Amino acid sequence: MKEKKNIDVAYSLLESDRMRLNVGPQHPSTHGVLRLEVELDGEIVTEVVPHIGYLHRCFEKHCENMTYPQCIPFIDRLDYISSMSNEFPYVIGVEKMAGIEVPERVEYIRVIMAELNRIANHQIAVATFGLDAGAFTPLLYLFRDREFILSIFEKASGGRLLYNYFWVGGLASDVHPTFKEDVLDIIKTVRQTNAEIMDLLVENRIFVERTANVGILPADVAINFGCSGPMLRGSGVAYDVRKAAPYSIYDRFDFDIPVGMGERGTLGDCWDRNIVRMREMEQSCRIIEQAIEQMPSDGDVKEKVPARVKVPKGEIYVKAENPKGELGFYIVSNGKPKPERLRARATSFVNLSVINDISKGYMFADLILILGSIDIVLGEVDR
Amino acid sequence: MENLNFVYNLIGQNWLAILVIIVLPLVFVLLYALLAILGELKFASFFQDRLGPMRTGPWGIFQPIAEVVKLLQKEDITPTAANKMLYNLAPFLMFTGAYSAFAVIPFSQYYVPSGINVGLFYIFAVGSVGVIGIVMGGWASNNKYTILGAMRAVAQIVSYEIPAGAAILSIAALSSSLSIQEIIIQQSGWFWNWNIFGGPGGFEKIWVIPFTAILFVIYFISSLAETNRVPFDIPEGESELVAGYHTEYSGMKFAFFFFSEYANMFIVSAITVILFFGGWNSPCGDLTNGWFGGAEWWIILRDVFWFVMKSFFFVFVQIWLRWTLPRFRVDQLMEFGWKVLLPISFICFFFVALWAMVR
Repeated sequence: MKEKKNIDVAYSLLESDRMRLNVGPQHPSTHGVLRLEVELDGEIVTEVVPHIGYLHRCFEKHCENMTYPQCIPFIDRLDYISSMSNEFPYVIGVEKMAGIEVPERVEYIRVIMAELNRIANHQIAVATFGLDAGAFTPLLYLFRDREFILSIFEKASGGRLLYNYFWVGGLASDVHPTFKEDVLDIIKTVRQTNAEIMDLLVENRIFVERTANVGILPADVAINFGCSGPMLRGSGVAYDVRKAAPYSIYDRFDFDIPVGMGERGTLGDCWDRNIVRMREMEQSCRIIEQAIEQMPSDGDVKEKVPARVKVPKGEIYVKAENPKGELGFYIVSNGKPKPERLRARATSFVNLSVINDISKGYMFADLILILGSIDIVLGEVDR
Repeated sequence: MENLNFVYNLIGQNWLAILVIIVLPLVFVLLYALLAILGELKFASFFQDRLGPMRTGPWGIFQPIAEVVKLLQKEDITPTAANKMLYNLAPFLMFTGAYSAFAVIPFSQYYVPSGINVGLFYIFAVGSVGVIGIVMGGWASNNKYTILGAMRAVAQIVSYEIPAGAAILSIAALSSSLSIQEIIIQQSGWFWNWNIFGGPGGFEKIWVIPFTAILFVIYFISSLAETNRVPFDIPEGESELVAGYHTEYSGMKFAFFFFSEYANMFIVSAITVILFFGGWNSPCGDLTNGWFGGAEWWIILRDVFWFVMKSFFFVFVQIWLRWTLPRFRVDQLMEFGWKVLLPISFICFFFVALWAMVR
């Protein structure tokens, strides 16, 4: 009996009364089928181990058995919140390898669609981040606006989530006749709602208290982990592929790169990452406005679409600024109609890897917010 | 005021009358819960720019009934590893805590289920019984999320009972009474006699008004924490703890937790109304006393109308807040309770007590 008692004392002295908690894959705020194995000391997080793979679909292997245009639907399913943006780097890469020059009008429509998709993605990111903090109403306001953007996509491509719209050498179909007016209308609504969300959620005292000084990601850690997109910019690094290595026609537009400034707390906290997304929506609106103005009003979007995509032997790494960060494709061609290898540098996967480093020592409730501020999509993490 | 209950006048002082007196609040709570669920659904929809339930009945008014029927049909699951007795007892204990408070809530000057002279103390005491149900349910479910929710609930209740207690104490000092009926009668007359406006008194009471108004705000914030509503819904913080302490409950047992939450919402609103807004008193004083010859039924009807209307307003405010605000974190909540509300409530208590002494 005496021995047992000693063991008990030693047990508590070792601080061994920690709890291992499985968060997910059926948890309401893991943003998909992510499982986090969390070690808790009371309510304090001491360790987070993400377990991924519940949504693994062998994307890369699949693509080896598909012709180049057939890969596009699979690429849609990577980051299914921003399918248009996913297709962008891939079609650019294949066009570059095959030496296809796309018409002006196609370039403009692609940029407008990609930027609209960026707005739609950031709307979901901000909405679910607010939901993680317990605010339900902003979610519905943002989803209401997202519907308008989706209806534009639907009119163009027929799909509301997965579009298969960017084709190698062109687009699947031309946009509808009132496209310009509709897009400008949407921009107006987006700006209006964003002002409302700033009041209702982002500047809310409770929300600021919850998110500022939480999940601080210093710039050097972000760079070492390879974070990109709002994650990196939230830490104050002004890196945006659209500016750093302009692709398509992004060098023609005037826009800023919003970075986190630590206004409400420390540089690189959850609030900073969120405000970067809010401000990026405004920048996207600016790009769309300029693109709508410069866009040629007629032209065949399919004239350069080849009947059979012939890609010469070679390899290419092509990257683009996805809403969530830098999405890259490494394409290896052996001259056959199917790619020999297609490797995706998935943004969410890289961004998620930092979670253990930035959530140690915070409360359990903060962990959920940190996960929300990373803005992952499990379709892209698991591929 | 020789008879506290109109029921005694109607059917005499016998066991049947006592039964009626006990059952009346239950009927009220059932009807109110249906109304509050509908209100929650509909108001939430209006805040969120949507229509809400529209299919069940005209404008979806039968939705709460459909929800109850749905919950009745659900399988009643008891986890294998749960402590069966405590697990099954918890929801009923919580509802008991909520329902016992109705024993002293006067809906009218002619209807008090129990006119004990320490009603305020009683209400404060039974108000904390509910949390035993929460802890019991959270612990007995044998689930890590539920135990986290239960621990949070205890921490929250401890932090918020004290500012709420200070607010209640101030009113007790102001009225020099712990009897709820007495407190309400003191506030009779026009609405400026209500305790939020410093209680009855002449113009010199003007300097106590800020303190009573602050006490009202403190009490209301604390009561939000007691009912586990946003922004203090951390025991059931949906985004972190799945459903908090009632994660494992299903069917009617879950319904009882749900039901108790709504009953608690009404109780804290009713206490707010009793303490600060004149209880069943009409805001325009004795103006309507003479209508219908001052008949008893008219007085009862008027009292109930004003009491229920005022309480429903605060229930509405709770719904309003829920769909507007984000959630606090557990440490911020306690910091707010101990470092902000508690000192302010004590300062207010001091000045209100001073006023009660010198007037």
